Amino acid sequence: MLRKSHSRIIARPRVHARVFAALGDATRLSLVAKLCGGPPRSISQLTRGSKLTRQAITKHLRVLERAKIVHNVRSGRESLFALDPEPMDELKKYLDRVSAHWDQTLARLKAFVEE
Amino acid sequence: MDNRIEKRIELAAPVSRVWRALTDYREFGEWFRVKLDAPFVPSQISRGRITYPGYEHVKWEVVVQKMEPERLFSFTWHPYSVDPQIDYSKETPTLVEFRLEKTAKGTLLLLTESGFDKIPSERFLEAFRKNDGGWTEQMKNIESYVAQKP
Repeated sequence: MLRKSHSRIIARPRVHARVFAALGDATRLSLVAKLCGGPPRSISQLTRGSKLTRQAITKHLRVLERAKIVHNVRSGRESLFALDPEPMDELKKYLDRVSAHWDQTLARLKAFVEE
Repeated sequence: MDNRIEKRIELAAPVSRVWRALTDYREFGEWFRVKLDAPFVPSQISRGRITYPGYEHVKWEVVVQKMEPERLFSFTWHPYSVDPQIDYSKETPTLVEFRLEKTAKGTLLLLTESGFDKIPSERFLEAFRKNDGGWTEQMKNIESYVAQKP
């Protein structure tokens, strides 16, 4: 069930928890969607079109920032937020590995009950 | 983002056979590759050792949740808790559920593992260290970006 090549990943799965938690919210997901593939945006730009206050959006951005999903970029006097896809890619890779592990385990179960 | 894993697999064996392979601790150990100390009992800890070559040092420890005959077998565990240096017991475990359904060919097995978002993040620092090179690079980019646009 475990292979050597997995050892690096399986030793550190819980680093992804904060990323999961940060993404487990509709507002934050919509902020990620807004930043995805686009240039860094200011809090005002990100608040536009939302029912939430600037303050609430800022709070959500801080959560994303702590999870390293977004980072702050200063442009002159303006504070902008940019997306960093790496934590999400890592997360997806981790789930893919857990998933592949279950595929192998279930294949063994199948062989076991069908023999 | 989806934080659960779902699998469906059709097994050409009766539900009763699959149920036994899942819940008889010796049979479970055969295909899961773990040597268990004792039978599964709901709300009790099941302990054992991984039997996969190279991972015999890894302890197996799960808490059996539900055993509804020929329908549902579930347990909670700490996925991939293979590092002996780390105490996983304080972390919120994920829930693994095996559901069985009778089909024309035999049995449909539905597996879910959920709760990945509940895992605490003390070791997030480790990721920061791993990413250190990348972040240093990024800080430089930001610095030069800011320098260009004072």
